[in-house]
Amino acid sequence: MAKRIDVSDLDIYYGNFKAVEGVNLSIEPRSITALIGPSGCGKSTFLRSLNRMHEVIPGARVEGKVVIEGQDLYGSDVDPVDVRRQIGMVFQRPNPFPTMSIYDNVAAGLRLNAKKTSKSDMDDLVERSLKGANLWTEVKDRLSRPGSGLSGGQQQRLCIARAIAVQPEVLLMDEPCSALDPISTLAVEDLMMELKEQFTIVIVTHNMQQAARVSETTGFFNLNGVGQPGRLIEYNPTEKIFSNPDEKATEDYISGRFG
Amino acid sequence: MSTSIEQSSAAPDTSAPSPNPLGGHEKQAPWVPWAMFGAAAVVALGFLLLTGWNVVLFVIYTVVLGTLGTYVLSRVTEGSRKAVDRLVTCLVVSAFGIAMVPLVSLVYEVVRRGAERFDGEFFTASLQGVIGPGGGAYHALMGTLIITLLTTLISVPIGLMTAIYLVEYGSGRLKRSITFLVDVMTGIPSIVAGLFAYALFVLIFGPGVRLGIMGAVALSVLMIPVVVRSAEEVLKLVPNELREAAYALGVPKWRTILKVVIPTAIAGLATGVTLAIARVIGETAPLLITVGITNALNFNAFDGRMATLPVYAYYQLTQPGVPPENAIDRAWTAALVLIMLVMGLNVVARLISRLFAPKTSR
Ligand SMILES: Nc1ncnc2c1ncn2[C@@H]1O[C@H](COP(=O)(O)OP(=O)(O)OP(=O)(O)O)[C@@H](O)[C@H]1O
Ligand SMILES: [Mg+2]
Repeated sequence: MAKRIDVSDLDIYYGNFKAVEGVNLSIEPRSITALIGPSGCGKSTFLRSLNRMHEVIPGARVEGKVVIEGQDLYGSDVDPVDVRRQIGMVFQRPNPFPTMSIYDNVAAGLRLNAKKTSKSDMDDLVERSLKGANLWTEVKDRLSRPGSGLSGGQQQRLCIARAIAVQPEVLLMDEPCSALDPISTLAVEDLMMELKEQFTIVIVTHNMQQAARVSETTGFFNLNGVGQPGRLIEYNPTEKIFSNPDEKATEDYISGRFG
Repeated sequence: MSTSIEQSSAAPDTSAPSPNPLGGHEKQAPWVPWAMFGAAAVVALGFLLLTGWNVVLFVIYTVVLGTLGTYVLSRVTEGSRKAVDRLVTCLVVSAFGIAMVPLVSLVYEVVRRGAERFDGEFFTASLQGVIGPGGGAYHALMGTLIITLLTTLISVPIGLMTAIYLVEYGSGRLKRSITFLVDVMTGIPSIVAGLFAYALFVLIFGPGVRLGIMGAVALSVLMIPVVVRSAEEVLKLVPNELREAAYALGVPKWRTILKVVIPTAIAGLATGVTLAIARVIGETAPLLITVGITNALNFNAFDGRMATLPVYAYYQLTQPGVPPENAIDRAWTAALVLIMLVMGLNVVARLISRLFAPKTSR
């Protein structure tokens, strides 16, 4: 099920502002790819262009090619809704649906798409997804309470559960652990290791150890200055990036000698 | 006048200003401003007993003297920053009081004069065959309810969908021109809305036509822009992140709007609709031209004249017959019922927003 992603000469714009320029990379199936880089260099922007969430923003557009398993993501006959069903996403800020209970939030992917599922199947799915996101023990007694009543970290794990409940083929995670304590972070990392058996995972993180721990491949984004587009500086196996990077900028960033 | 202020401000000023450790001044006890206004009232009373009694002047003197006294006392004992704070508080409260005068006196007068005929007969009888005392406004109450219901049925779908278009889909020139037209519609005088509906139906049915549905159309012209405006504001408040969360699950846009955006905004939407109903339920001018008046009960909005409360009140007041008292009493009671309807709708709006609001805030 996992799919390979090939990106070539990708430029990403917000209106007239070029946020990311000239990205070329290919993401292996059944692997974790980490994206690192300073704030504002376009990691989130790039990630959002991989499941066509970028174009939701008015005036935002993309030039170049993203090919998933031989299919051009931005081809004229491709429906963005179908793309997003296959490529799930966890956002930088937790965004559970405030009108829905915890249970309904996890079930939302199926419910909102009007997929007929029996009650027991749905119960199983919700439990499995919440366990996967390491949230089950905390919420199993209050599944019918509103999802927005959870703490920030719990909300983020709820969003992870919601994303994996629809069993996407690719999972994009934008700093999923930035609001989590070390225990939940480890749980999410374990989850990622588990998920990569079936899915392709791309994760944005500011946590170098996390990138080093979980990912096979790491991409380093940087930008030359304010108002300049971000670029992919180096894209290499994680081991190489963290021990012997090709680029001086990468080494500076990783060792903290940045800026 | 100035002497009286100094006298009254001297009274509670027995404790000399003693700086506290932070270098500020002693805090005034909460009763001091009240005492100041009490003193001002006494001074005003004494002054007016000398020059001749007048309620309005008494209130004005008390407020002015009390405000000045509070300011001066606070300036002496608490310092200038606190004094300005107290002065502004007094001014704001006075402004609020002035704003309340028309409302309170209106409600008082309507309740006092409307209570006369606020009885069972008023709510169960029409005016058919009534000359002199008795009779009621059952037919007008029903007419108002039916026409308002029809207006709501017409306006809410149109207004809501327009708002959804403006917030979720619209862009560029079309969106801007719709927004502009809605703004223009908000300002249309109600008589023009009535003339529009009349002209429209005359085109179809010929001159002299009077139908309940005409009134509903005229009121819709007034209600739609109100619904659009309020719904637009509420929909804009729904965070974009929720829409993105739904999109990222592969939910199409229309389902996202239906299942995520509208449920999140439902409290505000319902409140807006209720207030929009309250806004049009008391309209008189358009109903005068389009629906007319009748003394008999008519439940059919598609056949002939209907009575409505505002028009009923208007005719009872302007053409009371002889003796006029009976009709005038009925007019006041109709006004009272109308005010109660509007207040009821406002209460409903509050209940709705409390009931539907997301259970926990973020
Ligand atoms: N909605 C938007 N409209 C216009 N410009 C945007 C928008 N979102 C982001 N940008 C710009 O695009 C650039 C890249 O932003 P992006 O959010 O991708 O950074 P990031 O690498 O994810 O940063 P962080 O690590 O802080 O999350 C920034 O210069 C930002 O100002
Ligand atoms: Mg980001």
